[in-house]
Amino acid sequence: MAHAHKLEIFRGLIKFKSNTQKIWGVLVFLTIVTAVEVALGITKPHVLTVNTFLGMKLLNWIFIILTLVKAYYIAWDFMHLRDEKKSLRRAIVWTPIFLVAYLIFILLFEADYIYNVFKDGYVTWNF
Amino acid sequence: MDSTVATSTEESVWGGGNRPLGASYGKLMMWFFIVSDALTFSGFLASYGFSRFKFIETWPIADEVFTHVPFFHGNFPMYYVAFMTFILIMSSVTMVLAVDAGHKMMKNKTILYMFLTIIGGAIFVGSQAWEWATFIKGDYGALETRGGRILQFVKADTGERAALSDFSKTLPSERVDHESKNGVWFYKGEALPSYTVNEVTEGLKSNPNILIRTETINSEGEKTLLTREESLNKIKDAKLVVEGANLIRNEYGSRLFADFFFFITGFHGFHVFSGVIINIIIFFNVILGTYERRGHYEMVEKVGLYWHFVDLVWVFVFTFFYLV
Repeated sequence: MAHAHKLEIFRGLIKFKSNTQKIWGVLVFLTIVTAVEVALGITKPHVLTVNTFLGMKLLNWIFIILTLVKAYYIAWDFMHLRDEKKSLRRAIVWTPIFLVAYLIFILLFEADYIYNVFKDGYVTWNF
Repeated sequence: MDSTVATSTEESVWGGGNRPLGASYGKLMMWFFIVSDALTFSGFLASYGFSRFKFIETWPIADEVFTHVPFFHGNFPMYYVAFMTFILIMSSVTMVLAVDAGHKMMKNKTILYMFLTIIGGAIFVGSQAWEWATFIKGDYGALETRGGRILQFVKADTGERAALSDFSKTLPSERVDHESKNGVWFYKGEALPSYTVNEVTEGLKSNPNILIRTETINSEGEKTLLTREESLNKIKDAKLVVEGANLIRNEYGSRLFADFFFFITGFHGFHVFSGVIINIIIFFNVILGTYERRGHYEMVEKVGLYWHFVDLVWVFVFTFFYLV
């Protein structure tokens, strides 16, 4: 860990007095995000399930974005990436992001193609 | 002058001993491991996404599968998983507090927080074991058709799911569980389900309140409910009674769903388990004063990184298995 902690989150919107205080602050934030996710998952607001963006329900987009937000704060504040050197942080973060984005792109497109073959390619699988 | 300066810098770079990334060897290696492990988990989750997109119209709905909370009866979708998520985040917090206390060389605080982290991890692993047990046991039971599709049952008046035991008839038949003790040639046999296909079929015919639900998801995002006539027609395809889940078939729907559930949550649970073991080792090292003598608590920070990583993975598993 670096010798000094950076004690602000949300780009300086909230500043903490000590590292311990920042940890509890992040916990509160992560708990709120999880609570929102669960509430949305249980109620499933109609507006968000009917409307889609890029072929996926808005609700699912919200879940994925909130997950990435949570992942950011876990990595940045719990794993101390915020206090690491920029070069280390970038090596750790961008390598997987690039590879995973590539993998997801390929696999999901291929899966959608297979789905269409099943659907209108004269292939019977539900006999 | 310039060249002299350059030469001296080069000497110090190639001479070793400098840390361009500002992190110690051990910590850097932990990060290497975490990045590669993150790619492994991404591979699993991406292949889950592949199978799900392939069968997007028939994939099971997670809210209808994970509805149980220990000690409570009723339908509570996701509450328990949310609780598990909170436990894991909470244990991440105590871990980070342990790291913080270690930096300040406060041995007793580090011990306390490490202890709380281990407890949190143990609760999580226990919850996951319970989740598995519930999933394997199943609750309603279903039929499998010739084509390997799952047929579930619903009460027409309330719209609630109907368990096989709610409507199946008990017919006199000679069904004998094939056990190793009563056969010389016994090699292996599958355990018999509670009802035969015939008993379920007769039960459906005589109970007008029961309808069949297929795997297909309709435009409202719900499973398609067949009419009474369609149900009576559809049940002719039934071949097998399925109760609970295993690696071959499960009563929730697509076979791949249970396979991925076992594989991904199992792999994650194994990480949590090994994390708890490593935490226990470090916990005792702290008690014995190993790091006090060493002069720094960096080891606590390294296992902390692993522990947070486990939490990070769970955040994604939670989203892609239970929410989306």
